[in-house]
Amino acid sequence: MFPSRFEYVAPRSLEEALSTLAGRGDEAKVLAGGQSLIPLLKLRFASPALIVDLNRVPGLSYLEESDGHLRIGALARNRDVVASQTLEAGYPTIAAAAPLVSDPIVRNLGTVAGSLAHADPAGDWGSVMLALGAEVTVRSASGDRTIPVADFLVDTFTTSLEPTEVITEIRVPKPEGSSGGTYLKLERKVGDFATVAVAVQLALDDGRIGRAGIALTAVGPKNIQAIDAERSLAGAEPTPESFQEAARLAADAASPISDVRGSADYKRAVVRTFVQRGLDRALELARAS
Amino acid sequence: MEITVTVNGEKTEADIEPRNLLVHFLREDLRLTGTHVGCDTSHCGACTVLLDGLPVKSCTVLAVQTDGRDVTTVEGLAQNGELHPIQEAFKEEHGLQCGFCTPGMMLTSAALLEQTPDPTEEDIRWALSGNICRCTGYMNIVKAVQWASSKMKAEATDSGS
Ligand SMILES: Cc1cc2nc3c(=O)[nH]c(=O)nc-3n(C[C@H](O)[C@H](O)[C@H](O)COP(=O)(O)OP(=O)(O)OC[C@H]3O[C@@H](n4cnc5c(N)ncnc54)[C@H](O)[C@@H]3O)c2cc1C
Ligand code: FES
Ligand code: FES
Repeated sequence: MFPSRFEYVAPRSLEEALSTLAGRGDEAKVLAGGQSLIPLLKLRFASPALIVDLNRVPGLSYLEESDGHLRIGALARNRDVVASQTLEAGYPTIAAAAPLVSDPIVRNLGTVAGSLAHADPAGDWGSVMLALGAEVTVRSASGDRTIPVADFLVDTFTTSLEPTEVITEIRVPKPEGSSGGTYLKLERKVGDFATVAVAVQLALDDGRIGRAGIALTAVGPKNIQAIDAERSLAGAEPTPESFQEAARLAADAASPISDVRGSADYKRAVVRTFVQRGLDRALELARAS
Repeated sequence: MEITVTVNGEKTEADIEPRNLLVHFLREDLRLTGTHVGCDTSHCGACTVLLDGLPVKSCTVLAVQTDGRDVTTVEGLAQNGELHPIQEAFKEEHGLQCGFCTPGMMLTSAALLEQTPDPTEEDIRWALSGNICRCTGYMNIVKAVQWASSKMKAEATDSGS
């Protein structure tokens, strides 16, 4: 298999990339790690006239903490996220998810930004970033805008990104006070997309739950933020009963389909179990923090 | 499009179509057929090569992306007619049966040993989890990487003393 013909440019600066997209965005696709785009080109599910390869643009590979955020540059690879030592303590949800995204070879190239832009409902980063309340910074020749991930992920393989825009960074607010979180993923084998996965983030405020973030992978047309479950927890005591109720509400928010990975009923049951386990783990980490 | 890429230490110039995948460039243009096509869908790792020292699936990289960079294929492992320790190890420990996955397995292993000279069994299995073998059951592949690790450490000690 090989892609249909396209023109290829590898701009050396972001400005150059953006001015190319300003003129020809409609017929172009941006290339980052290529680990979703190249398979799509080969299957001819995508046949853009122009590929704009971002990989030669300097200064986009960072993964750093500043101004109260973890900032993930557009070319930070999943490999870099796995290797980062700073995440374990401050961002346990990200640290838990990173080694579960694809396989070690694919992670050498794949990026977090590319995963969000791809908007696969079975993608792991969408749920992690929803649970963490992250934002995406995008840039076009006419300026920047910052979009909450909840508004960025619109539908299956559909985002609110304009064809003239690129993601420059993902901004994850630093969880405040006593907080914890995790990512639980059921997969058939290493490198497989999730059968079901769940991202959970919890902050404690004077012994009660402050902000709670819960998002679900591979059980709907996009990554699903379990809003009712989150609301049921806000201000509540972190008890087995409140966690059970949140898990029930999260399972209600899922709309899985039956496929080779499992039946819809099974997947919904996994959501419930994982949310409960995830909350238990998040609480444990929050109390220890 | 014109590219210059260093393949197995040799600077190579080529004029290729942007849609040409790295694996086809290596196999068909450069006749380096040690890099195998297994699944052709980014899953199996049979096509693994090293790009600037890191394993990548060459069926999922455009050849034009390698312009100015370094590619190592299985043909580049042996030096001056001497097998690389990982090649010797696969032979010694029977780390292959049909051999189809072997080039990818060896390149991923070589990259692991470069970064982690003394890997645990867990490290080895983890690093190789993107390479699929249909024959061996992985036992002897893991043993081969351990064998190569010992050999390379011994060589390093010898040359250091
Ligand atoms: C074998 C295999 C297993 C996988 N398993 C998983 C898994 O378990 N979980 C998971 O989440 N993913 C998985 N993936 C997908 C992988 O994580 C991809 O790396 C990721 O989805 C896309 O990131 P990328 O950098 O490779 O983007 P690309 O493939 O380069 O691009 C993907 C899309 O995003 C757009 N894009 C990329 N970067 C930008 C940017 N900065 N601005 C604007 N648009 C951009 C592209 O135009 C394209 O539409 C797997 C892939 C493979 C091949
Ligand atoms: S042939 Fe490239 S991963 Fe299988
Ligand atoms: S030896 Fe046959 S696939 Fe690995």
